[in-house]
Amino acid sequence: MPSQERKIQAPQPNPETKAFWDAAAAGRLMIGKCTACEQVHYYPRAICPYCYSDKTELQQASGNGTIYTYSVMRRTPVPYAIAYVTLREGVSMMTNIVDCDLDKIRVGQAVRLVFKASESGQPVPMFTPV
Amino acid sequence: MTIKGKAYIVGIYEHPTRKADDKSLAQLHAESAKGALEDAGLTRADVDGYFCAGDAPGLGALSMTDYLGLKLRHMDSTDSGGSSYIIHVGHAAEAIAAGKCSVALITLAGRPRSEGQATGTAQRAATSAPDTQFENPYGPATANMYAMCAMRHMYQYGTTSEQLAWIKVAASHHAQHNPHAMLRDVVTVEDVVNSPMIADPLHRLDCCVISDGGGAIIVASPEVASRLKRPKVKILGAGEAPKHQMAGHVDLTYSGAVWSGPAAFAEAGVKPADIKYASIYDSFTITVLMQIEDLGFCEKGQGGKFVSDGNLISGTGKLPFNTDGGGLCNNHPANRGGLTKVVEAVRQLRGEAHPAVQVRNCDLAIAHGTGGSLGTRHGAATVIMERE
Repeated sequence: MPSQERKIQAPQPNPETKAFWDAAAAGRLMIGKCTACEQVHYYPRAICPYCYSDKTELQQASGNGTIYTYSVMRRTPVPYAIAYVTLREGVSMMTNIVDCDLDKIRVGQAVRLVFKASESGQPVPMFTPV
Repeated sequence: MTIKGKAYIVGIYEHPTRKADDKSLAQLHAESAKGALEDAGLTRADVDGYFCAGDAPGLGALSMTDYLGLKLRHMDSTDSGGSSYIIHVGHAAEAIAAGKCSVALITLAGRPRSEGQATGTAQRAATSAPDTQFENPYGPATANMYAMCAMRHMYQYGTTSEQLAWIKVAASHHAQHNPHAMLRDVVTVEDVVNSPMIADPLHRLDCCVISDGGGAIIVASPEVASRLKRPKVKILGAGEAPKHQMAGHVDLTYSGAVWSGPAAFAEAGVKPADIKYASIYDSFTITVLMQIEDLGFCEKGQGGKFVSDGNLISGTGKLPFNTDGGGLCNNHPANRGGLTKVVEAVRQLRGEAHPAVQVRNCDLAIAHGTGGSLGTRHGAATVIMERE
């Protein structure tokens, strides 16, 4: 079954996350990086979830990753594939697998970053098989 | 301080309704409270502690204590989704042990069926929670979150759809004896794996029912329990633990039961092998399989093998589970199955389960649940109880 375009709920940025979504609008996927303890995290936070330092910043991800797990939702008007993708940087993020045959998605598959517009026009990061 | 032996479950009630379009939410809570008090042989005036969660109408416990006319010394609105009421049993025992109350009432109710909720597939509403803007665009519902756990479990441990199906088969064997159960037909492994796919790899029959209803539990001090005429069910131990995405180090192969279970077993001073009956939260078949592993009934990754061939069926299997038919076949009031898990465990310990599913010499039972979502963040809760 080929993936189809579906309505994507728009994210609601707040003062803490605006920079993440602005970067997404410019075609970049960012993850959280703490300059105090050097660990990366996702979703990005102002306070490091490991050491509670406020010396966090956004770091651009390569956009390459592998599918940790996924599921194709079949009982909705438009079927779609939800997934966790593990980025090369080591963190996993919830996402969709798009622009592919939904029946051929597999755990462990290599994927690369793409962006899809949500209902507000705000692009959101998704992935497609390499 | 330990809660071991400091409190007893003296009253239980499971509302018989499964569709309540002629009743209000508060009414279902109150009818459940009344039922549990009558079961215990207590009255409204005896209650001095009240526990409820996010399903209650209004502001925490306040609207319901108003409706119920309660005069309290202690209240607690801890909400961890469907496992809240198992946490409440532990918290009630703590409050009783600390002298904060002597008769604690716990209520649950909901009307998702009358309200036409597509519980498993509905998209989430936008909220101000920090995580949702990074999740809602991708369509996380209930079914596909648990499905992702199942998919990973299959990949990592070789678990099969047929093994998961055995969990539904066992629940259906029990539900045939429950006149209130929504699904009373005994099903086969083939029925489950041939039912429509909802969210790969979970089929329709891997999912629980959507039901209106409610229930209530009364936890009381040893002094109160001693003057009542009901069989005595002593609380031996409890554990609770949240699990989340760990800042992106996501691991969906285990649940918070790896923490709440050992805490409860340690407090109770018993081992998984000692347990005669287990109520295990069954929002989906995969929920049961993961929790059975995480509680230590089998090794991690061996859950599929453990649940197969009727091993969860009362009378034939090693670990009789959810003998009321559970959420998979009987009842999942308010989309929150924790309370009914405690209720059936107490029935088993009292010897009041249906004779066809009553576990012989059932003197030690566990009730365990997870609330929220195994696919993102959830609260695990475990209670171990003994017939005295």
